[in-house]
Amino acid sequence: MAYLLASSVQEALSCLSQSRHTILAGGTDLYPAAGERTIKGPVLDVSRLEELKGVSLEDGEFRIGGLTTWSEIVAADLPPQFAALKMAAREVGSVQIQNVATIAGNLCNASPAADGVPPLLALNAEVELMSQGGVRRLALADFIYGNRRTALAPDELVSAIYIADDLKSCVSHFAKLGARRYLVISTIMVAVVVELDADGLIAQARICVGACSEVAQRLSTLEQALVGADLNEVASRLQPEHFENLSPITDVRATAQYRQATAIEMVRRALNACGEKLQ
Amino acid sequence: MTMDKSKISFTLNGAPVSVKVPPLTRLTDVLRDELGMIGTKVGCDAGDCGACSVLMDGETVCACMVPAGRLEGRHIVSVEGLGEAEALSLLQKSFLHYGAAQCGICTPAMLVSASALLAKNPRPTTEEVQNGLGGVLCRCTGYQKIIQAVMTASDFSEAPVEADQGDAVGSRLQRVDGVQKVLGTDIFGGDEAPEGALVVKAVRSPFHRAGFVFGDLAAYVDTHPGVRVVLTADDVPGVNCFGVIAPMADQPVFAETQTRFKGEAVAAVVGDAQTMKAFDVDLFPITWTELVPLLTPQDALKSDAPQLHADRPNNTLMRGVVQRGDLDGQFAAADVTVEGNFQTGFVEHAYIEPEAGFARRVGDRIEVQACTQAPYMDRDDVAKILGLDVEDVRIIPTSVGGGFGSKLDLSVQPFIALAAWILNEPVRMTYTRPESMMSTTKRHPSKVWAKISATKDGKLAAMDFDGVFNTGAYASWGPTVGNRVPVHAAGPYIYPAYRAKSHSVHTHCAPAGAFRGFGVPQSSIAQETLFDELANKLGIDRLEFRLKNALVNGAPTVTGQVFESGIGFKECLEALKPRWRAALDAADAFNSSTAAGERWRGVGIAGMWYGCGNTSLSNPSTMRVAITPDGRCVLFQGAVDIGQGSNTVMTQICADALGLKTSHFELIGGDTDVTADAGKTSASRQTFVSGKASYLAGRNLREKILHLVNASDGAQIELSGDVLNILDQGTSQRIELASLDTCDDGFVLSGEGTFDPQTTALDENGQGDPYAAFGYGAHIMELEVDTKIGAIKLIRLTAAHDVGRAINPMLIEGQVEGGVAQGIGLALMEEFIPGRSENLHDYLIPTTGDMPQVDTILVEAADPNGPYGAKGIGEQVLIPTAPAILNAIYHATGARVTQLPATFGRVLDAINDSKRNQ
Repeated sequence: MAYLLASSVQEALSCLSQSRHTILAGGTDLYPAAGERTIKGPVLDVSRLEELKGVSLEDGEFRIGGLTTWSEIVAADLPPQFAALKMAAREVGSVQIQNVATIAGNLCNASPAADGVPPLLALNAEVELMSQGGVRRLALADFIYGNRRTALAPDELVSAIYIADDLKSCVSHFAKLGARRYLVISTIMVAVVVELDADGLIAQARICVGACSEVAQRLSTLEQALVGADLNEVASRLQPEHFENLSPITDVRATAQYRQATAIEMVRRALNACGEKLQ
Repeated sequence: MTMDKSKISFTLNGAPVSVKVPPLTRLTDVLRDELGMIGTKVGCDAGDCGACSVLMDGETVCACMVPAGRLEGRHIVSVEGLGEAEALSLLQKSFLHYGAAQCGICTPAMLVSASALLAKNPRPTTEEVQNGLGGVLCRCTGYQKIIQAVMTASDFSEAPVEADQGDAVGSRLQRVDGVQKVLGTDIFGGDEAPEGALVVKAVRSPFHRAGFVFGDLAAYVDTHPGVRVVLTADDVPGVNCFGVIAPMADQPVFAETQTRFKGEAVAAVVGDAQTMKAFDVDLFPITWTELVPLLTPQDALKSDAPQLHADRPNNTLMRGVVQRGDLDGQFAAADVTVEGNFQTGFVEHAYIEPEAGFARRVGDRIEVQACTQAPYMDRDDVAKILGLDVEDVRIIPTSVGGGFGSKLDLSVQPFIALAAWILNEPVRMTYTRPESMMSTTKRHPSKVWAKISATKDGKLAAMDFDGVFNTGAYASWGPTVGNRVPVHAAGPYIYPAYRAKSHSVHTHCAPAGAFRGFGVPQSSIAQETLFDELANKLGIDRLEFRLKNALVNGAPTVTGQVFESGIGFKECLEALKPRWRAALDAADAFNSSTAAGERWRGVGIAGMWYGCGNTSLSNPSTMRVAITPDGRCVLFQGAVDIGQGSNTVMTQICADALGLKTSHFELIGGDTDVTADAGKTSASRQTFVSGKASYLAGRNLREKILHLVNASDGAQIELSGDVLNILDQGTSQRIELASLDTCDDGFVLSGEGTFDPQTTALDENGQGDPYAAFGYGAHIMELEVDTKIGAIKLIRLTAAHDVGRAINPMLIEGQVEGGVAQGIGLALMEEFIPGRSENLHDYLIPTTGDMPQVDTILVEAADPNGPYGAKGIGEQVLIPTAPAILNAIYHATGARVTQLPATFGRVLDAINDSKRNQ
């Protein structure tokens, strides 16, 4: 079994360019998936790549290094549009998981119930992919394209997440429904980022629902319907047809029907919570 | 830097260490296997339970998901780094003081996680502790005492509770085995094995029902260096059959032609530890043929259904009945009748310690050290399987990391015993979490119909009950559930007429067996929720309705048994009255306020009774206490402590009976070579039955001591070094222990006690005296229902339990809080679906954030037979929780949830149904 603890990004990319490796970051998906079997090698351990850690604001955009842990995101000093992401970070498994699990790992694992995906979609996040051949960027919505399926090429690493610093007066919220308080796979998630205009009305709303489709979905018709609304009076604008692009399944956690109906209620509450944050 | 095995150096608990391991080795394996640090536990290997929590550079992480390859230069702290025996940390002392450790399997992780929290936040709030410990599961405590211990740890200054001579019973004594639990030195099933022990892995059926054909097993062994032997049914020297109820025994160690449930073993592979670590079951030579399974009693009872056991027609394990009075007449004369159908699923015990142990052959004897609730029953079955006399089998129970009924049945024992016997080398086995979940027993799924009537004065008239139980592939404790349910389905109430029938049906599911309450939690859901509907129809307060019909001394139970004393059910209800009124008022106030919105508060109550010990069967316990020439007082304590506290309770009882301080005692645990049979730890019998034996042993030794100096029974005994001083009526006499004759076993004085509670067989109508004592109790649950989402927020649970005499109130509170947690799980989130939820992220148990405040009220209606009046408590505590929750949901919303768990979706459906019906 081959194992490489990369000491630089260059070493990691060079390794990936030579042969297919399983990338090991936080390990919180890889080890459970392996169960009692040994992780199938060869493995590239990227945990020491300091360049890929931490949050910064550069050239009008926020950069979250791919190896930034959820605990680091909770602790980071970030503006209000990131409140949803921080709230989601606190819901990833448990403190034990948040201390090692990385944001890139959450995206690459591409679970329909990934807690990090709805807030990042609501932030219009972009994913930076590095390989020996260069760097490319994809919108997150284009990066994850199915259950456990992403655009990551075998020779690439997710090096960073970029989020434009393009929101002025805004508020955001995240809500997760699970059958218990901690250590729980989401039944439904909602992330909301709302920007307000000078009159305090909704300039743009970005609403994303997770665990109700193969990949978390932005509700674009609802987002359009909310433009110009007073955040405290949005409930009447919510219509079931705004939720038609969700395609929930029935599993051990809930029925499809329950998810579809409850997603509407959760979005309503998340918008209300945003309204309350303004008061 | 690509490497196979490489040297890795890091700091462990402040000291530098180096290991040479493959870099993807889990840190748990590095700590436990390479460094012998067994305080860090493995519960799931998937980050789902947190039992392996350690600090890495000051932050809590799950060691099971940290590769060794990245440890270089890191600082790791495990439980062993938190304190020492003579210098416990404040946190460890606080854990002992509050009884925060029960079985102790999660304790190291709780301590490690709490220490990280306290380092940043020395005085955390309840919510902060819940957040900090939310990643560590505990199945015993219900978390309340853990949270309390952490919140107060930084300022902890309490001295340990000490009982005066003669006052041990009733004191909040710390666990006598607590120190090793907070140090992480306690030895559980997977924590010890002889150097070089071989490892055994089972090959299990991937299908609910399957035929199979082995390939060339000899060639498999030959081509896999390190594999020593493959064992199958052909290798069993004795009988390839075991079972907890000998006449019904039906479970093979290895299936012979067809498997009857997913996870049933067909073979075992034994090899050296390194080889078996890489064992790949996909390379094992076997061809499976999947067959159509029967997964529900409905399917299994169809006339053309295949039969699981040739000697059990209609896939029927057994039927039980209890009937009394003129059922038809009472129903006809009654004024109000309610009826309903109720359904529950499989429930997994989900103890944090997967089954584990080792065996070795010593000459022509076999020794098995494993986690178990029933050492003598293990001995008898291992002897049968190996074809040995029972005297040639020695069972050494380890500490048990939670049992709750499932560790009454054999798990690893046949595999390790057989392998060690055949190879004449020590062999160990540790179940993986999925293996534990798929192959061990579960709570019986139930489908119950019940009908109850009352007259308009509020008196019960009649109850009719019919329950079908999915007993899975093998008998296990199915007969016990089938017998217990008809007796208990009535609840502790007086009925002029009663009939209850049970039907236990085999399916191709994991065997359903014993789980805290043996079917009574399921039946009480029907009875207690129908009671609320009856009370509402009658316009009577729900607590008053129960009081009006409560079983009292002198009144016959549904089996015609009459207790002249010791029934404290009414006292429990009376004790709950103040909280009941306050809770109803608070709910009304909340619901009429604007704060309510979509959330509605409700209050539910449910009562309970539970017979202590075996149903209409002998179940004796024997205890022995002895003194050495140098003045050590040794209690031979065979009542296995699975976390409930029997080590402490037996000591308290014996100390007072003998008249010495508990601090004089040392314990020898349930080794079948050394301790007498104290029966199994089940059926809430240890405090009641073994406690009485412990009392009698103490009395017996006391009498012998007093007889030596002709002292009266009122004399005081003092043990000082190797001298006993007897103070009697103003005179003092010395007994120099060294001067007494020493027996073969090295003791100079010993006392023994045996107790077997009196019961009688039940007749064809289920009439008789099935138990010598019942425990009684009731719970009030206050909760909030989110009527738009169906989510339940639990606010407060108040429990009143008649324990006869509270031997150790702190331990009893721990039982209540932990039982409530399991009742909450049963009610709201737990359902094991064979083949689908074989892990702790699809199968959910409550975390620190899922518990309400739990208040415990202890009622003491002394039992005439129990030690100092004590009765059992272990199972009683779980039974009323689920119906109290359902009744509170009903009170809040008018919605009846009749299928458990009451998931958000089911609650919402019930609310919508009830709206439609209005």
